[in-house]
Amino acid sequence: MPIDTALFYVLAAQVLGSALMTITRRNVVYAAVWLISALVGIAGLFLLQGAEFLAGVQIIVYIGGIMVLFLFVIMLVPVQEEAGQRRFSNQKWLALACALGVFGMLGVIVARGVGSLGHPGRADPPGLGSLTENSESVGMVLFSEYLLPFELASILLLVAIIGAIVMSKVRKGGAGG
Amino acid sequence: MEVTSTHYVVLSMLLLGIGVTGILTRRNILVLLMSVELILNAVNINLVTFSAAQQQVHGQVFSIFVITVAAAEAAVGLGILIALFRNKQTVHADEIDLLRW
Repeated sequence: MPIDTALFYVLAAQVLGSALMTITRRNVVYAAVWLISALVGIAGLFLLQGAEFLAGVQIIVYIGGIMVLFLFVIMLVPVQEEAGQRRFSNQKWLALACALGVFGMLGVIVARGVGSLGHPGRADPPGLGSLTENSESVGMVLFSEYLLPFELASILLLVAIIGAIVMSKVRKGGAGG
Repeated sequence: MEVTSTHYVVLSMLLLGIGVTGILTRRNILVLLMSVELILNAVNINLVTFSAAQQQVHGQVFSIFVITVAAAEAAVGLGILIALFRNKQTVHADEIDLLRW
């Protein structure tokens, strides 16, 4: 078995196992740590596909930024009360049926589309010699063709930061609405 | 056996299924937000897979935008959560029923 294949299966098992643990843990802190494990596995999958820049972004933004934010908020709300309470909502069986329905629909779509995914006549495994000089090409495209969306994304981030501060700020005087 | 795009698409599908299940079944809003992150990551895996299969970098650039939006979503979502917890003293989605009659 080539090393690429073995790595794919190991990382896929890590991602799926960690994702399952994330949505089943009772303690939110454990869920967050399992989610970090899943995100690391996804970064590994990006590396395997030759997307080095994106793997770095995944580690820095998701694990260094978003998950730390999650853990901060978990520390702000009391988690201890959680211990004896129900994990799943009342309509969990209906919800599970709906989720399985979505899943089955996706399965049908993927099964029907599988034929068009492969590229016969080309070395199909992504990650083998694909997109060399990854960071350079991403940067070139990002700052030429996608310059306007890039700037819009920065405005979106600014709006989100201001919104988050305004919403979580304690209003003194109680007159604010 | 070679790993093809199909493998990645199926993995992404499974991850999205897990995320949807988490959103629909859990009560804790923090876990709901984490499930959203799982779904967005499933999308990213798809984008990177197609980018690698087509030998074009556009999918990866789009994936960067998805990560940006995920960061914004997490910040706003957690801000809402803090404001909500200050008012309702709960982080459970099914106990927040102000609009229900």
